Amino acid sequence: MDTLANLALGFSVALTPYTLFLAICGCFLGTIIGALPGLGPSNGVAILIPLAFALGLDATQALVLLTSVYYGTMYGGRISSILLNIPGDEPAMMTTLDGYPMAKQGRAGDALVISGVASFMGSFLSTIGLVIMAPLLASIAYLFGPAEYFALYLLAFCTLGGVASKNQAKAALAACLGLGIAMIGLDNSTGMPRFTGGNLHLSDGIDFLVAIVGMFAISEVFIFIESHGRNSALGVTLGKISIPWKDLKNTFGTMMRSTGIGFVAGVLPGAGASLGSFMAYMAEKGYVGSSGYFGKGDPRGVAAPEAGNNAAAGGAMVPMLTLGVPGSGTTAVMLALLLTLNITPGPLLFKDHPDVVWGLIASMFIANVVLLIMNVPMVKLFVKVLLVPAWVLMPMVTMVSFVGIFSLTGSYFDMILMIFFGALGYLLRKLDVPTVPVILGILLGSEMEDALRRAMVLSDGDWSYLFSSPIAIGLWVAAIGGFLAPLFLRGKLGKPIPVSDTTLDQD
Amino acid sequence: MSSDRIFGLVVVMGALAFFAGALQIQTSFLSDPVGPRVFPMLIAASALLCGLVLIAKPDAEPEWPALAAWGNMAIALVVLVSYALLIGPMGFLTSTALAAAGVSYLIEKNARTAALTGLGLSLVLFVIFKYGLGLGLFAFPRAWMG
Repeated sequence: MDTLANLALGFSVALTPYTLFLAICGCFLGTIIGALPGLGPSNGVAILIPLAFALGLDATQALVLLTSVYYGTMYGGRISSILLNIPGDEPAMMTTLDGYPMAKQGRAGDALVISGVASFMGSFLSTIGLVIMAPLLASIAYLFGPAEYFALYLLAFCTLGGVASKNQAKAALAACLGLGIAMIGLDNSTGMPRFTGGNLHLSDGIDFLVAIVGMFAISEVFIFIESHGRNSALGVTLGKISIPWKDLKNTFGTMMRSTGIGFVAGVLPGAGASLGSFMAYMAEKGYVGSSGYFGKGDPRGVAAPEAGNNAAAGGAMVPMLTLGVPGSGTTAVMLALLLTLNITPGPLLFKDHPDVVWGLIASMFIANVVLLIMNVPMVKLFVKVLLVPAWVLMPMVTMVSFVGIFSLTGSYFDMILMIFFGALGYLLRKLDVPTVPVILGILLGSEMEDALRRAMVLSDGDWSYLFSSPIAIGLWVAAIGGFLAPLFLRGKLGKPIPVSDTTLDQD
Repeated sequence: MSSDRIFGLVVVMGALAFFAGALQIQTSFLSDPVGPRVFPMLIAASALLCGLVLIAKPDAEPEWPALAAWGNMAIALVVLVSYALLIGPMGFLTSTALAAAGVSYLIEKNARTAALTGLGLSLVLFVIFKYGLGLGLFAFPRAWMG
């Protein structure tokens, strides 16, 4: 078995003591970051990327560390959802629906254990899915030429805009903004400056890490200043933690179904973990029917979104690794990491750097086991983290972001640029313009342009070449469909509103 | 006028400016069939379209913060920009303590906790970054260090 041999190679890379140590650190940090309201997978991973470089880690080690952080945040997000009714990160939104009611009924410990086990099932099984799917998709990706890649990038923007946002025009605009920013700098093929305004700092283009840290971390500081910090008093008490075997047995089917749904949602470009948890919850609610008591503390309502979002997190790695097209905000950040490490994702990655890919996959398995141990018996430790007040947390996030960018580029201009992106990110968020397409645009802009120009070189300027293969046509149809379909479906699929709680309405 | 309409207008103007900028890009005689101008023009055209849609069909007004909050955010902007400019000349410890205290005070109006946060964070982060992660930070102004 080829796959098993590859996995063995991966484990031989990932099980060295130092790498294992990094994985454990990453899991620990990730759970904390996920649990803290206001810090989630994308901004948590974003502020740690510059530091991972400053540490001088090699490609595999940096990937192992940050993937562990990523998986850790997916586990940690549920803690504040359940105990505070505030999602620790966006994908954990659905977990508040039943998690907080369970906690109010004095079953906080049970909810934490069930969601922890659901998270484990979701991400462990989806990592197995990744092992099976990724090489298959990588072999299909060999058939992709520049025309197909151009359509694929378009598909990513369209589905991201169509599925994940409320207003198509705003999502498309966000993508244009990102693509426009990516144009700044020297043109790849002619070497002529574009949109630099004669500024030498801009001729290298805008570093996507600067934009990412600004948009995801610094903008959060402005949000907190506006709201004067959020009330994060623990509203429920957490008793002794025991394992609710009966609930675990009853929710096993839920976890399996939700894992399947979440994985598929994750693999689709542009959808990601938030959609995975949403779809898993809604599907489970429909499946159980009237015998469930969803929204009032049904354990299945805790298991479904957690299995769903963790499975989606694993699924989102599939298109990111095999095609270089991220499926969510966090995988966009992971793509930024790969690009900074000079690793180009895509089918060649599996051939040229098997140690990196399989080491990464092996470390996902390890991270999951470590996270299960950390998040079930040791969950009380992380609950303490919720007591960190916003007025300590936010200055810390700011300072870590600054030092990260400073040590990465050493340039004042980049730090000012980061603040600019922070302010821009704040305004965009207030105007309900999604920021993930902006980041994706900055990351993929020059790749997308290159694909278009290479396609035109091949066809000698004939634009119909873009629609010349069945794969390309399929991708165009999917892109247009993905962008337009939500316009018609939006009225029918309303998001459920989390239970309101009087103590939370103070800001 | 709603915020979305103003935003749409800004987008339209920005898109036109971007298009004009794309026309100014120098091409070389060795260029490919598409050249360096077409893709930026496509982006500008799509953005223009989005801007027009926003003007025609604005969303509901977002909840803008009160004037005082805008003031606080403006101060935060000044604090962050000064921090970016001063972290080199002033050294890590002083500049970080001041900036962290500033941000903390803006979130929770409490001078004592803000000062403690500033001091604590600058010391703890310095130790972590300098000795834990081995970054080349200067504790004090470089002039003092000889």
